[in-house]
Amino acid sequence: MAKNDVAASGLAGTRIRERRLLAGIKQAELAIRAEISPSYLNLIEHNRRRIGGRVLLRLAEALGVEPAVLTQGPAAALVSGLREIAAHAPEGSDEAEAVEEFAERFPVWAGRLIQSQAEIARLEQSVDALTDRLTHDPDLAGRLHEVLSVVTAIRSTASILVETPEIEPQWRDRFHRNIHQDSRRLAEGAEALVSYLDAAPGDALGAVSPQEELDAFLDVHGHHFPLLERRDGGTVARILDGAEELRSDAARMMALEWLNQYRRDARDLPLDAMARAVAHLGPDPLAIAAHLKADSVMVCRRLAALPQDIVGEIGYVLCDGAGALVRRRAVAGFATPRGTGACPLWPVFHALGQASTPLKATVMQATRDARPMTAYAVCEVTGPSTYGSPAPRRAHMLLIPERQPSESVPEPAEEVGITCRVCSRSTCPARREPSILREAF
Amino acid sequence: MAAKVLLIEDEPNIIEAIGFVLKRDGLNVRTHSNGVDAIEAVRRESPDLIILDVMLPGRSGYEILEELRDDAQIGDTPVLMLTARGQARDREMAERAGASRYMTKPFANAAVLEAVRELLGQ
Repeated sequence: MAKNDVAASGLAGTRIRERRLLAGIKQAELAIRAEISPSYLNLIEHNRRRIGGRVLLRLAEALGVEPAVLTQGPAAALVSGLREIAAHAPEGSDEAEAVEEFAERFPVWAGRLIQSQAEIARLEQSVDALTDRLTHDPDLAGRLHEVLSVVTAIRSTASILVETPEIEPQWRDRFHRNIHQDSRRLAEGAEALVSYLDAAPGDALGAVSPQEELDAFLDVHGHHFPLLERRDGGTVARILDGAEELRSDAARMMALEWLNQYRRDARDLPLDAMARAVAHLGPDPLAIAAHLKADSVMVCRRLAALPQDIVGEIGYVLCDGAGALVRRRAVAGFATPRGTGACPLWPVFHALGQASTPLKATVMQATRDARPMTAYAVCEVTGPSTYGSPAPRRAHMLLIPERQPSESVPEPAEEVGITCRVCSRSTCPARREPSILREAF
Repeated sequence: MAAKVLLIEDEPNIIEAIGFVLKRDGLNVRTHSNGVDAIEAVRRESPDLIILDVMLPGRSGYEILEELRDDAQIGDTPVLMLTARGQARDREMAERAGASRYMTKPFANAAVLEAVRELLGQ
């Protein structure tokens, strides 16, 4: 940055000289009007002295121009745009010095150049994203493979039926059943593939994996199911029946498991007890767990499933031992990417590494819409460990937007990201890949 | 005695259909449906021909093929590789790993049968 300051103020001298000559004022006369010595003005005009403050204001007044015209020139935006281009050029270091002159003399061309550069960058990004998807997207490869496998099965089976007139009835029935089964799978697979390819690269992809279908289903219901809070229970099947979001069998299976867990949790920690505890203690999972003598992991799940009128705004993330986000409840001001690739600085990942120590932290993402969040993260050991193989773990994180700072002095928030590709934190020891956001110049 | 074919594939309905076609042709067909212990299955069955899918649960067909080719006992078994991707890269990988023939899904039953007969020298 320092270099740019020098350059900017340095060229202010040239502009002062130009303006003075334009106005037909002698150097000595301008010096008197600006109350500085002629030799000092001479140094300024030759870009040998920085100026600022009062001297600049007096010179601007004496020349009858806005001070900004002298400091910034006509094209500050153009200059910084051009500098960016120069910085990305393979050997642009010498030319970089000339950008101000270029911007000042050919502002329209400079503007066009910057525009085309922006267009190139945009196109490069879409090409990258598309290439990424085709070559490195295990999801896409897996889906294509599945569709082609099912097509192969159907083709083989169908041609057996056609080419073997003397086929035994039991075989014929079996192959008919297989074709029927496969055609259903094919329809599902093709539909998922189409919606996957329809989604613009870089956008959130349509709900195509069972996981995403389940996410969509939970979002529609606000992660809360009043039917399951009732003591008579037994209504999981009814909830599933009406669920349009759950298109695949796999998603229905996952939803069934999730809802059954919900019902068990609701039985152990009834809604009214949770509501009273939240009103009394706030959405603090450890405090509530201690108060209700309950398991903190279960309390996390229950908090994540409470309606907003009881718990207020709340976000939730569940990650598995590989750091993949397997469940999430969105909250405004803290963005969560799908699947793997979330910011490694999130407390939920710290918690994953220390099974017995729950964490509380104030975090804030480095984005425009971010809000500071109180994050509670708890690690859960999900199975028994055996000799030589550790027990599988996953970690839960609750995100509570901080209330207005008037209440108390807020703790300074730890800055975290969303995912490296769209993160602007330039010096981050946890970065795994460069950001596609250009660094601010 | 009928030649023995080991079909290593994870798609049950492909196993059923191809198995049916090969049996009809008088072959002795055995099947196996995961990658992890595919090599053991080959040792156990010692088939005259292996039909091997590239994408198997647990282990890729290429890896299995490479290990197979390094094995003194079963390394010479002809292998018909099945894959869902026809790109040059995959063909090259299959050849490098030592596939005797290579077939892209979706294939015709007749083509599989023809390839099997050819590899068995019939």
